[in-house]
Amino acid sequence: MTEALLKVENLRKSFGGVLATDNLSLTVESGQIHAVIGPNGAGKTTMIAQLAGALESDSGRILFDGEDISGLAPPARSRRGIARTFQITSIFHEFTALENVALAVQAHDGHSFRFWRAARDEARLIEPARTALETVGLADRADITARNLSHGEHRQLEIAMALATKPKLLLLDEPMAGMGAEESQTMVSILNGLKGSHTILLIEHDMDAVFALADQITVLVYGNAIASGSPDEIRANSEVRTAYLGEEGTAN
Amino acid sequence: MKLTRETLVVIITFALLAIVPVIASLTEVPFYLDLGRRMMILAIGALSLNLIMGYGGMISFGHAVFVGIGAYVVGICAEHEVVSGFIQWPLALLACSIFAVVFGAISLRTRGVYFIMITLALAQMMYFLGVSLDRYGGDDGLPLAETSDFSGLIDLSEKNNLYYLIFVLLLLCLWICKRLINSRFGMVLQGARSNEARMQAIGFPVFRYQLTAFVIAGVMAGLAGILLANHTEFVNPDMMHWTRSGDLIIMVLLGGMGSLAGPIVGALVFILLEEALSGVTEYWQLIFGPFLILVVLFARGGLLGFLETRQSSDKPSDKPAEGSDD
Repeated sequence: MTEALLKVENLRKSFGGVLATDNLSLTVESGQIHAVIGPNGAGKTTMIAQLAGALESDSGRILFDGEDISGLAPPARSRRGIARTFQITSIFHEFTALENVALAVQAHDGHSFRFWRAARDEARLIEPARTALETVGLADRADITARNLSHGEHRQLEIAMALATKPKLLLLDEPMAGMGAEESQTMVSILNGLKGSHTILLIEHDMDAVFALADQITVLVYGNAIASGSPDEIRANSEVRTAYLGEEGTAN
Repeated sequence: MKLTRETLVVIITFALLAIVPVIASLTEVPFYLDLGRRMMILAIGALSLNLIMGYGGMISFGHAVFVGIGAYVVGICAEHEVVSGFIQWPLALLACSIFAVVFGAISLRTRGVYFIMITLALAQMMYFLGVSLDRYGGDDGLPLAETSDFSGLIDLSEKNNLYYLIFVLLLLCLWICKRLINSRFGMVLQGARSNEARMQAIGFPVFRYQLTAFVIAGVMAGLAGILLANHTEFVNPDMMHWTRSGDLIIMVLLGGMGSLAGPIVGALVFILLEEALSGVTEYWQLIFGPFLILVVLFARGGLLGFLETRQSSDKPSDKPAEGSDD
């Protein structure tokens, strides 16, 4: 039996008159990769922001690990074990790849009111950071300043930073956005490597990737979850086909 | 430690500063001593501003207020015949930290241009408070009857003593800054400058770290104020005026924002140019202004940054890689 790690109940967020998420409910089981798909503007990124705490919800509840986290700020949610990546790469451009990840490790290693010792020499920050870089295949790029990494490497670095916080739940917002076929393939194999050991909520437009990776798929249209099920069930669902898959064809 | 050009600049700068009193006595121009002290005091102020502005991304347009508060505490103490430095100095630093907590907590609720405006407004508030303090000289300022007394430990009315005390304190501040910015705390500070949303997402409540940095910078600026009061033996509201805060910003920009020793170089060059140019013309800013613009345009890291980029080749470009945000 799997158990629900994340339970979203009737989440709603409107911007002006536009409902970005509308009565959205979904459940992510522990240890699974749960993909959320839907056309552009379906409210996927809004949902991620609500789950991570960057956006306050108008109404609804978010239960994580059995507790209501709806009122918590992003740092507090991160401490509870929710890590996110951003659709548009969000890293520390002036830092090296290693420093980027080491800072994420540091965030979860007690308070940072430590004023004297050089953080770059601290093995307890550097070692886990190297491990995370290895996991995403960036070990040999550790000392490169982040702004000089390629787009694909930025996306990998995002994942490494999220992993470094030792999350119970990874929220990945289009990790393959803007990637070429080869880079996408790399990312799929990275995410495949996380399968089983990590619970992942994955937003992605690349349907090949989604159907290759996901244990569960939820389809979002106009902020509402119109269907949820295994990849086979979703493929066979006629409502989904007309609303999304059938109408627009697969996104890529 | 590898000898970077920055380290070299620091060594040369301090070597030069160390021999200023010798030169002053050889040439019998005591003014050099005066100039050197002013340079180093402002260097401490600029150093402290760089901590929040260069490393923390918090552009305070009211930083001179802490210089003023530090100086005023010394002045007011002396006015009430409390001349012991052992009382004056801790009291001044304490006052600066309290004001910095309050001002920081208010200003840090905002970002960007609003932060600039609020720090400016708070500082101007204190400036006018100083102007209205008739008991302590008001607009005219307050002369110090005597310098801080350290009961025989060091006599600050002896100008060489004061000079070398400032010299040592500047070195100390530089060392503290170096440790700070490389520590865990410093990494958080720089991370928040670089990408605050990301810091929140990986679990840092950044406000408390930024506020702490603001207070550290305020206290360090307060130290500059204490020294300034002892240097000029006079305090007045002008020390807190927004143009003084502007001077500090210019020093940081000139020397190199976010480089450790940049503000020191900036302060030195600023004072030197001010002295040299104001000897040529009353409207020395007419020359200084374009010079500053050239530095900002062509040496984005200031004078020190200019040296560093010409030396190092591991930072080939300033342009972010494709696909990056903002």
